Amino acid sequence: MRQLLALTAAFMLLGLLAAPAALAAVDGYEYAYTYTYDYWEDMRESPDAYRARLMISGGSLGIPGGLKAPQGLFVRGEDIYICDTGNNRVLQLRLTDSSAEVVRVIDAFQGDTSPLTFSSPRDIYVTEEGDLFIADFNNNRVVRLDRDLNWKLSFTKPTDATFDQSVSFLPKKLVADVSGRVYALAQNVNKGLIKFEADGSFTGYIGASKVRYTWYDSIWRLLSTKEQRAQQEAFVPTEYDNVALDQDGFFYVVTRTFSENDLRSGQAEPVRRLNAIGDNILVENGSSYVIGDLQWAPGNTNITNSGPSKFVDVTVLQDDIYMVLDSTHNRIFGYDQQGNLLWAFGGVGNSDGFFNRPVAIEHMGLELLILDEAGSLTVMTPTEYGQLVYQAIGEYRRGEYEASAASWTKVLAQNGNFDSAYVGIGRALLQEEKYEDAMRYFKTALDRKNYSEAWRLRRMEIVEDNIGLIFAAVAVLLVAPPLWRRIRKVIWEVKQAS
Amino acid sequence: MSTRKSALSRPLIESAWWKRFLASVRYSGYVMFHPFDGFWDLTHEHRGTVAAANFFVIMLLLTRLFTLQHTNMMFLRVYWPKVNIFQQCISLLMPLGIYCVCNWGLTTLFDGKGTLKDVYIATAYALVPYIIGALIIIPLSNVITLEEGSFYSVISTFTTIWSALLLVCGMIQIHDYSLGKTLLFLVMTVLAMAVVIFLLLLFLTLVGDGIGYFISLYKEINFRLN
Repeated sequence: MRQLLALTAAFMLLGLLAAPAALAAVDGYEYAYTYTYDYWEDMRESPDAYRARLMISGGSLGIPGGLKAPQGLFVRGEDIYICDTGNNRVLQLRLTDSSAEVVRVIDAFQGDTSPLTFSSPRDIYVTEEGDLFIADFNNNRVVRLDRDLNWKLSFTKPTDATFDQSVSFLPKKLVADVSGRVYALAQNVNKGLIKFEADGSFTGYIGASKVRYTWYDSIWRLLSTKEQRAQQEAFVPTEYDNVALDQDGFFYVVTRTFSENDLRSGQAEPVRRLNAIGDNILVENGSSYVIGDLQWAPGNTNITNSGPSKFVDVTVLQDDIYMVLDSTHNRIFGYDQQGNLLWAFGGVGNSDGFFNRPVAIEHMGLELLILDEAGSLTVMTPTEYGQLVYQAIGEYRRGEYEASAASWTKVLAQNGNFDSAYVGIGRALLQEEKYEDAMRYFKTALDRKNYSEAWRLRRMEIVEDNIGLIFAAVAVLLVAPPLWRRIRKVIWEVKQAS
Repeated sequence: MSTRKSALSRPLIESAWWKRFLASVRYSGYVMFHPFDGFWDLTHEHRGTVAAANFFVIMLLLTRLFTLQHTNMMFLRVYWPKVNIFQQCISLLMPLGIYCVCNWGLTTLFDGKGTLKDVYIATAYALVPYIIGALIIIPLSNVITLEEGSFYSVISTFTTIWSALLLVCGMIQIHDYSLGKTLLFLVMTVLAMAVVIFLLLLFLTLVGDGIGYFISLYKEINFRLN
């Protein structure tokens, strides 16, 4: 017994020595801060793609009031715009090496309208020319200001019959296009993006999600009484939570309203890319749907940070790579243009790279900016690994297949768990007509579509190389049976004769 | 066909055991294409042997393993960490065994002529098209592409249906039932299988709990004595 105790103690000591190494990497980042999923939806550790470079809190900006429940974030060039919602103002910042400086505090403007201040501004969009579109939530309007803060136009509650006149117009998110049209999301409006022309007139909705009735729902509603029906969940389209524009002018929207079953079956579509007539054209060719985490504990709405990923914002980087911000586990999920998960990172917490209540994400080049409702802005910068992935994807998109394969090989050297890297190398090999090698890489990543394509081409090669042999075999098969019959007949005749 | 039939009608009883075995294996070819005639002779004329039935069941197990190992990734992707050969084999053998016992048990009560041995042999012979189909599609899956995948699914569905029809024919012949009665008893067999599996699970759980009780008792006594 005593021996056993001693042994246990020895093991515990060993464990203590080994523990720090097992819990945290040398640089203080937790293991599996960044991860991906493989084909089997198993979580796979990944090298960090992003690291927090700066954490800017309200206090460090040196302005009275700091940041109070900020909601909106926008980046145009070097300028960062934050809707400091709780302080009824918009801050314009510029990053410095170690922090950020306030360029402008926008809390009022001039012009022939009233009021000339904001009330809970929720979101902002800035055009190339510097015109500001601000979703002035509690003033029930979207205001357009020029770069010197002169009022130009207000977009107010549509007087159209399609807009429920009993609810007030509470714009929460918006984007604008080059010609000055505004596409806004308003609280309690579930018909999609509210579209205003450049002159302020309302011209309809874009991209309302279709209401889905299953046969089960229909039967259930048929059997229930009028009172029960009233109490049931109304069958209404989902409301979008945020909207962003990509380089080509398509809308990326996110929604947090869905059932877990729809999520797993791919029908929830929590991230959508809408074209001008509101169809979802997001490519989901990955081995899983674009739903963030693929594994989660059963959702319990009473516990925060449990259940499936719920996206609050999205930002689209170069080469149609997009990052979605999840408010369940406060993670960021990166997807490529085909819908393959590139990485997931982040988490709940107060340290760098973790978030309390993230509400908005934007990008500046390849850097990511994440706004936390708790009153901070985190700037994350891609690591060497992250940059390599961007480089490899970009090279492939530009048709530089050999360079892309070389970059993917470098990625693979850092992360052997990364299916996209195998597929990337395979696709580059396919372009170089090295079908057999391509097949090997596709097989590793269990990518059957690409594998099939490589095999089709390889098979064609095999047939072409052996065309003589194949013709010979066919000829032999055609000629041999009658020939054999003839020979047998001759033998038989010889035997008869003898 | 005529030459094969004359070869098969030679008396098998006197010949060596392996000749009998080979002949009974070869007879499955006749059963596949002449199910009514074939299944009648299989048991009534002792054309089938338990050895051949065992052979087919072993082939079924091997086919399952070959399928997992050699089917092309385009058509079957296997999560190897979760694959256990014994589990795979049991998952085939258990239903087969339970089916034979349940079918025999039920049909014996309702004028079925077949013995347990007959049921086993007929079932095993009915599996032959399925086995052959699987052995065809494994190499085929490595030749065709994804777009030609319908060949794969057609062959696999076709041979499975063939096997199912053979099973029905076999049951008709060995039990001397009508088609309706056979179908009814196949459904009843499935229900009986569910009951048996339920009882087995119940039994195993209870036995497990019983053993657990004695283990904890032993641990407790051991702890007190020390």
